[in-house]
Amino acid sequence: MTAAAFHLGRVWKYGAHVDTDVIIPARYLTTHDPEVLRLHCLEDLDPSFKEGVRPGDILVALENFGCGSSREHAPLALKAAGVYCVVAVSFARIFFRNSINIGLPVLECPQLARAVATGDELQVDMTRGELVHQGRIYSAQAYPEFMREIIAAGGLVPYVQQQLAGGGLK
Amino acid sequence: MEKNLAEKLLARAAGKSEVEPGEFIWAQVDVALANDVTAPLAIAELERMGATQVFDPDRVVLVPDHFMPNKDLAAAAQAKTMREFAIKQGITHYYEVGRMGIAHALLPEQGVVGPGQLVVGADSHTCTYGALGAFATGVGSTDLAAAMATGRIWLRVPHTDRFVYRGRLPRWVGGKDLILYTIGQIGTDGARYRAMEFTGEAISALSMEGRMTMSNMAVEAGAKAGVMAVDHVTLAYTRGRFRGEPVVLQPDPGAVPARVYEWDVSRLQPQVAFPHSPANTRPVGEAGRVFIDQVVIGSCTNGRLEDLRAAAAVLRGRTVHPYVRLLVIPATQRIYLEAVRTGLVEIFVEAGGAVSTPTCGPCLGAHTGVLAAGEKAVATTNRNFVGRMGHPQSEVYLAGPAVAAASAVLGRIAHPEEVCS
Ligand code: SF4
Repeated sequence: MTAAAFHLGRVWKYGAHVDTDVIIPARYLTTHDPEVLRLHCLEDLDPSFKEGVRPGDILVALENFGCGSSREHAPLALKAAGVYCVVAVSFARIFFRNSINIGLPVLECPQLARAVATGDELQVDMTRGELVHQGRIYSAQAYPEFMREIIAAGGLVPYVQQQLAGGGLK
Repeated sequence: MEKNLAEKLLARAAGKSEVEPGEFIWAQVDVALANDVTAPLAIAELERMGATQVFDPDRVVLVPDHFMPNKDLAAAAQAKTMREFAIKQGITHYYEVGRMGIAHALLPEQGVVGPGQLVVGADSHTCTYGALGAFATGVGSTDLAAAMATGRIWLRVPHTDRFVYRGRLPRWVGGKDLILYTIGQIGTDGARYRAMEFTGEAISALSMEGRMTMSNMAVEAGAKAGVMAVDHVTLAYTRGRFRGEPVVLQPDPGAVPARVYEWDVSRLQPQVAFPHSPANTRPVGEAGRVFIDQVVIGSCTNGRLEDLRAAAAVLRGRTVHPYVRLLVIPATQRIYLEAVRTGLVEIFVEAGGAVSTPTCGPCLGAHTGVLAAGEKAVATTNRNFVGRMGHPQSEVYLAGPAVAAASAVLGRIAHPEEVCS
């Protein structure tokens, strides 16, 4: 393992059941332009986030992150805000799917998610699914094989492109 | 192996003799749904995928319901994108304002969804159709785009948790109270990634409306689907309405769910979910004195005719509290018309309520009844997250239509018995 494989980011830490209504409130859903969504990301939960977030920051939360509405605008807003990846104890299923589909990395890693605090530095190696916090190494839950194919293709859009070009889905 | 209902529904959709929980499948989609918020993004993704046509214009359903009638210029532009797409693609089930409704009330009513189907919708409350014996689940816009392009979707077969409701429901208690009670017991991630299977005498005795209210909120417990077996109530509802051929699948008698919850509900009180979680439930008798500014009766959860009747039974001959705004929003045009014909609208208007054309409106804090900072509302909707109905410092209390109506009269959270002795 080389240090170069790691991304180094600053943590924004939130609690359990962060819902997609607070990630991006419905009053902004009259567009899906990521540049607009980004300006309101998390504002009902933590107004300081949209002011302070920097590209490469890492969002960490507890259980059931992204619950509620199916709005894909939520992972789009986080991605556009520059969030490198989201680490949580667990994710709500639609949010998890949406994130994989649009290429926002999401990692389930309960021990790490509980250990970190806002402002901490965190290193992430996406290829290995490893995270380092204060010298301790944590392994995220591995993706099922099937999802890895979608991730490897670069998201669902290129995946379907390939399938359509190849004469339909298997 | 004996199979749970969700497994049998997904085996059918995957064209397999059987499937196992945890298994990844490619399934054939019977209906793919999007709305004015999720369709524009799905259409953009569809184009990026290089697809020029939807897989079947009879099976892609587009419903403008969220920011409708166009609440502002941006909403109008989104609706226009969807409308033009619907025309270009020759979408059969596109419902214009004046004929539309909130999708999850409209599709069952119009017979577009029915028993045995696999329905995917770019809206989390797509799970509503589980009440009809379908496997129905919410997805995002990109998943929906892939489903529109190919007619297929990948799914992981969920484990099943069975919920058994014993006994006869007391007066004033309905599907909303059962599901709020359930979420209160198991939490908003209590059924995460699972299929909830609702059963028991209390379910058998519920109308289709009450059942849809329950399946609607399965997602509030984190579930992928909220299914119910087809019975004579389902078939009586779909007869003469469902455009397809109902496929009636039942769970095998020996099927073993991952978890079983069983409750005697014969003494259940009407439930209220306090801010800011649908799991923060209490019996209405323990609500205390919560003074309110607004009451919303509507949404895909409780905007059906039975709900309006329950509210009207409380409001008939009474008036809304002077400092309270009552908004009644029939979920579809047909429900609206029935409410006019049967005198319900007259009762609401005479009581001092505002009756609106079908829309999601205040349910998601979009328009037509947004709350100011510090305001409180009782709503028959399904979510009371921070900012859900407007200002992040407003509060939403979730309840069934009878409690909502009684609260409108007294200006505070109230049991219907306090109003109707
Ligand atoms: S009524 Fe509310 S919950 Fe239902 S589809 Fe509309 S916004 Fe979503």
